[in-house]
Amino acid sequence: MRQLLILSGKGGTGKTTIAGAFIKLSFAEAFADCDVDAPNLHLITEQDVLPKKTDYYGLPKAEIDKALCTGCDLCRQNCRFNAISVYSDEEGTKKAGHCDAMCSGKVYKVDRFSCEGCGVCEYVCPVGAISMKPAVAGELMLYKNSERVFSTAQLKMGSGNSGLLVTEVKKQMKEAAGQNITKLTIIDGSPGIGCPVIASLSGADMVLIVAEPSLSGISDMERIIKTANQFQTKIAVCVNKYDTNTNNTEKIEAFCKEQKLPFIGRIPFDSEAVKAINDARTIVDIDCTSGRAVKEVYKETVKLLFDKGEGKEPVENSINIREQRGQSKP
Amino acid sequence: MKIAIPVDEKSMGTNVCVSFGRTPYFLIYDTESKESSFINNSAASSSGGAGIKAAQTIVDSKADVLLTPRCGENAAAVIKAAGIKIYKTTGVFVNDNIDAFIAGKLPVLEEIHAGLHDHGGR
Amino acid sequence: MRIAVLSGKGGTGKTLVSVNLTAAAQEAVYIDCDAEEPNGYLFFKPADIIEEPVTVMIPQVNNNLCIGCRKCVELCRFNALAYIMDRLLIFKEICHSCGGCVLVCPENALTESERAIGKIQRGISDSVEVSTGILNTGEASGVPIIKRLISMGSCEKNDPVHVDRPVFIDCPPGSACSVMESIKDADYCILVAEPTLFGAHNLNMVYELVKLFGKKYGVVLNKCLNGENPSEKLCIEKNIKILTHIPFDNELGILNSNGEIAVKKSEKYRDIFICLLEKVTKEVQNEGGVGA
Repeated sequence: MRQLLILSGKGGTGKTTIAGAFIKLSFAEAFADCDVDAPNLHLITEQDVLPKKTDYYGLPKAEIDKALCTGCDLCRQNCRFNAISVYSDEEGTKKAGHCDAMCSGKVYKVDRFSCEGCGVCEYVCPVGAISMKPAVAGELMLYKNSERVFSTAQLKMGSGNSGLLVTEVKKQMKEAAGQNITKLTIIDGSPGIGCPVIASLSGADMVLIVAEPSLSGISDMERIIKTANQFQTKIAVCVNKYDTNTNNTEKIEAFCKEQKLPFIGRIPFDSEAVKAINDARTIVDIDCTSGRAVKEVYKETVKLLFDKGEGKEPVENSINIREQRGQSKP
Repeated sequence: MKIAIPVDEKSMGTNVCVSFGRTPYFLIYDTESKESSFINNSAASSSGGAGIKAAQTIVDSKADVLLTPRCGENAAAVIKAAGIKIYKTTGVFVNDNIDAFIAGKLPVLEEIHAGLHDHGGR
Repeated sequence: MRIAVLSGKGGTGKTLVSVNLTAAAQEAVYIDCDAEEPNGYLFFKPADIIEEPVTVMIPQVNNNLCIGCRKCVELCRFNALAYIMDRLLIFKEICHSCGGCVLVCPENALTESERAIGKIQRGISDSVEVSTGILNTGEASGVPIIKRLISMGSCEKNDPVHVDRPVFIDCPPGSACSVMESIKDADYCILVAEPTLFGAHNLNMVYELVKLFGKKYGVVLNKCLNGENPSEKLCIEKNIKILTHIPFDNELGILNSNGEIAVKKSEKYRDIFICLLEKVTKEVQNEGGVGA
């Protein structure tokens, strides 16, 4: 079983569009959307079942019990994240200025968006008025039918710690796939280079970087390569929308050659692709130039992924077998 | 000698867990008394630094050796500071790995990967 | 006037819009809060760069005073501490700088020192002041950098020379805590959306965010093609003000991908962005309610 992760560094390069196409082409039995901040893969992968939903709990958030609070102000003074404020009315709508003594009628409140769940306020409160309460930070979704498993999640607005949610998404996929030997799992990664990306790198056998031929795209591609290199996984690069700037595309190719990274293909900008996506389909569901190009990139990816001839049948061949058995999807 | 292994379930026939830091349980197997016990890994639900907390659990369990498929650099730092050696598991079954280790067939784990919360990239 | 430019999704044109609006305003400030993947400086190419590190406070231990009680290890919710063989190990990259361990140590064995997680570069490009946040690779969160950038920008209010300069904030993509920090003191939020199903889905997310924060907002529809525009549909459905449509245009694409500022190279785009700037300025000055 091989795990392919698709990353880009920069947003909007086409990760999800390409991931969707790969999933279609490979009849992937297990795939996941690790872009938990802004998941999109579910929009173009047809699901015929309702998802199983699970609350995801992040770090707990502090809660102040108004009844016990004496207004000593220790919590506010010790909060490094400015998450505690004092309000001068019962409704907690008007912020008071610096409160320097035990003052009744003032209300202390925790801003749940700024609270990092460190527990310092709970520790310093002399009357035990503060407790750390579990906080729902997102929702996991699992789509499972007899043929495949799709795991995804949505991080709740303003939550941090999406690295753990990404790990949960992958774990959920793995547990649901269970004992079925899946040849290939595909992970649609998230943009950036931070926590969620690093969490999605764990367990990946190969990373396909989708680059965009713009100055921003090249800069971001370099940063993501640096991040991925730390994980000693195979890395390959392809350029999407390559004809929007062929000079930059060539720069990317040259960079890959210099870094000894396989450059495995170019996909043209294609307005038909937009139409397919807006119809909630993948670019290989219709006949279009980007669809044809992505098929070639897919073939190269699979070759690289299953390299080292361990006697495993490449997924590409299994597509042909499925077609022969009349199992190809419409 | 006590061997620690990250496992998916609390049973001897179970699989080695692919993740060290977020494994649900650890198996502690005593090669002399042939006794095994399972400990919960409280780090599994941590938002970050799971490897470190899991490693602390292993150290506190007085294990001499850790068998695992992979290990992050922060967890490895903790394990090594305690003088515990890390070996790389092969294949999926716990029993096979214990046997292989006792027979001296498991390699030392060389590839320590960057921590999953973040890493030492400078 | 502080304008934040954000989008639920990456690659929609946040940087295009914020860079070009800043250039159209001429005497203005551009702040790049996308510290993981900053891009604005590639267009402005600022000179006379002053760099300042952004640091966080990290504990350090005096092993002579430490008695191994492990109260710090137990308190730390981020698992940044481990006690092994009579030594406290501190994992700096994991530490969230909450200061809890220092407070809880009964022997005063823990003190704090600064550690750099990134930097801010300030420079000048024509009459634009460019501030860029850069997160070191491997660090978990750009929030401390954004906080510093935003507070630096706030000094404008007390600076008699520059008090009228508009400030444009290029936000990180998504709707996570880094975005929230970026828009905290914005007077107006421009939401940039692309005409795809993905774009509309993510526009909805970020629209919920700005509503939650009680911000005035409006949408710029970018890369518009002929045919259905799911993002436009969403705006009409939810009664969200559309500030302008920017058509998909190869010329703009090439200028942008080569790091050129469109308003400086093209009359057409100069007009579009000056027009947009005027509209936004009016919206900010308009005392009417939030949103549409």
